[in-house]
Amino acid sequence: MSAVATPIKDHRALRFLTAGSVDDGKSTLIGRLLFDSRAILADQLDTLEKRAAGAPIDLSLLTDGLEAEREQGITIDVAYRYFATKQRKFIIADAPGHEQYTRNMVTAAAGSDAAVVLVDITKLDTHAIPLPLLPQTRRHALLAHLLRVPSIVFAVNKLDAVSDPAQAFEAVSTALREFAKQAGIEVAGIIPVSALRGDNVTQPLDATWYSGPSLLQLLESLPALQERKDGDLLIPVQYVSREGEGTGNQPRSLYGRVAHGRVKAGDTVQLFPSNQIATVAEVRLAGEVVDVVEAGQSAGVVLDRQLDVSRGDWIATPQTIHEAQRFSATLAWLDTEPAVVGRKYWVRHGNRWVQARIASIESRLDIHTLEAIEAHQLAVNEIGHVIIETQQPLPVESYESNRVGGSLIIVDPASNRTSGALLVKGAA
Amino acid sequence: MNAPLTIEQLLPALDHSHLDWLEEEAIFILRETVAAFERPALLFSGGKDSCVVLRLAEKAFKSKGKDGEYKGRLPFPLLHVDTGHNFPEVIEFRDRRVAEMGERLVVGHLEDSIKRGTVRLSHPLESRNGHQTVALLEAIEEHRFDVLMGGARRDEEKARAKERIFSHRDSFGQWQPKEQRPELWTLFNTRIKPGEHMRAFPISNWTELDVWLYIARENIPLPSLYYKHERQVIRRKGLLVPLTEVTPPEAGETIETAEVRFRTVGDMTCTCPVESPATNATEIVAETLKVTVSERGATRMDDRTSDASMERRKKEGYF
Repeated sequence: MSAVATPIKDHRALRFLTAGSVDDGKSTLIGRLLFDSRAILADQLDTLEKRAAGAPIDLSLLTDGLEAEREQGITIDVAYRYFATKQRKFIIADAPGHEQYTRNMVTAAAGSDAAVVLVDITKLDTHAIPLPLLPQTRRHALLAHLLRVPSIVFAVNKLDAVSDPAQAFEAVSTALREFAKQAGIEVAGIIPVSALRGDNVTQPLDATWYSGPSLLQLLESLPALQERKDGDLLIPVQYVSREGEGTGNQPRSLYGRVAHGRVKAGDTVQLFPSNQIATVAEVRLAGEVVDVVEAGQSAGVVLDRQLDVSRGDWIATPQTIHEAQRFSATLAWLDTEPAVVGRKYWVRHGNRWVQARIASIESRLDIHTLEAIEAHQLAVNEIGHVIIETQQPLPVESYESNRVGGSLIIVDPASNRTSGALLVKGAA
Repeated sequence: MNAPLTIEQLLPALDHSHLDWLEEEAIFILRETVAAFERPALLFSGGKDSCVVLRLAEKAFKSKGKDGEYKGRLPFPLLHVDTGHNFPEVIEFRDRRVAEMGERLVVGHLEDSIKRGTVRLSHPLESRNGHQTVALLEAIEEHRFDVLMGGARRDEEKARAKERIFSHRDSFGQWQPKEQRPELWTLFNTRIKPGEHMRAFPISNWTELDVWLYIARENIPLPSLYYKHERQVIRRKGLLVPLTEVTPPEAGETIETAEVRFRTVGDMTCTCPVESPATNATEIVAETLKVTVSERGATRMDDRTSDASMERRKKEGYF
């Protein structure tokens, strides 16, 4: 094996989302990544060549999956794509950038390790000082930041179409850095590309004015989302199984993915909501008894005594769970029916479903600036600050400190649609 | 003769930990399905993807004994829709595996739907692949399954690239691509109304290569036709059509014997093998690394009809 490989200790696939508006060249960029990394095969290429009828093939057609989308020439839903290099495996969540952008972007950003925000340089006046960015660029970056996507990358596209790429890229970079600083966004990289020609997507750019990595090189080096392995333990109980046949007093395994910390035999744990204390007798991973199970893995926990535990409960280090029945949160509303204050909804927190209501809507975020505007209603694709009341206490944590304890979904009890995503700020 | 390939040669650390991560995700989804629904079933056709899901289910719900075998029973039955046009080797394998594992198998027969009149073939040799949907939905209704776990992968086809991990089906078993529920973090919305059901796809994020790497690493048994064998075939439109009683030669076509293996296994009327000397999963991994034609493009007559064939079938309730 080659010894020069980039030393990434964590080999998990990098999940990244791509955000851009119609015409930004996002589909072409993804097509380029798939094409250059040979994730596109001859028959798929064949289909494209037939469509092109002699003209250069349109790489964007590779990603427009549904018939309805091809008819309209737009992408209506998040699509997942896969490709790999020698260094890394990648999963792209392709979030379309038209009117349903918030819904799709929030979906794609939840659980992503990185966001690639496309900036179409041909739509900018690169000689203006200060250079105004497009609203969608700000919006896409701010949404990714709101969802705490760890790495945010700007891909400045269509460099092939400007007369002085060095000057144009420099001007746009300055504007992007200034905007990121104001918004508190840490930028993982600003990369000039031409998705159409393939410049600096997978092959480094041969230009005197740019010596940084290609987009692919940067993506290969980004870390996958890390759950905290040290400190206190938190496991949402997903599934309870009784070993063996019969209904006697067999030991029960409590299964759940470790949200943070690690668990091993001998640990003292506390259960929520019963507050009972027990000692871990055995831990399992994928059907085998093991010494320790860490954050990000699904543990099977056998306790030293029979306790009443069910799906939706939590296993934690004693005295570390703080429950709340009323908390403040950021709410991204995803349903075409507007949010109704006071109405009972279902919410899911960890593995527990409880009834809840929006006690009040405090403000709505201006999607272009993320500034709070006074508002008492939230419609589809809008984001606001709300106070939530739940029918039972929940062990919520702030989303910023822990995604598992800090995220909830809201489901409409009449339609069963997933109507909203809640990011917890704190008890209220 | 070259020295035999070992999986270690083909599986550097990167792929090993990637497979661990895919395995973790799949086990998580399987447990979620069983915990959140009343009457789950696992689709098991004997095909390679369903063999992988079956092994993942053993890891999720059984304990591994000192002999390396998984002890206990799965908390759900296996379900297969038999079109009556399945390869006999696959049906034989299916029944043998189910007996070895001591699991319960429910079979929905397309023949029964034809007898009932709920499926009408336009001609006797018509591909039965699309008609499976009717038999599948009838089996769901008869056994009141509220969720089916299956081995579909997003990398298989463009319409599947947009499929959720938990995919809602209305009371007609239909998929509504424009009404898909946003899927956030791992907070799956598993709520359904009476008469509706859900499909759960634990290996959504696996590619064909991942599947073969996992089969090789975990030594997962597969039907013999996945590996090199001699078979009578007809060359037709760039595909190798296997000679069977339901796929006879057309006028002017010649029958030849070729060394082949199947990359996918489905209804005999629409599944074609590829020429290959690969005799085990490791050799298939090596071939897959070099492959230039997609899995469905090389092997499926039904997906070639139009760019949107899969999407249309899925809307009607196909897996």
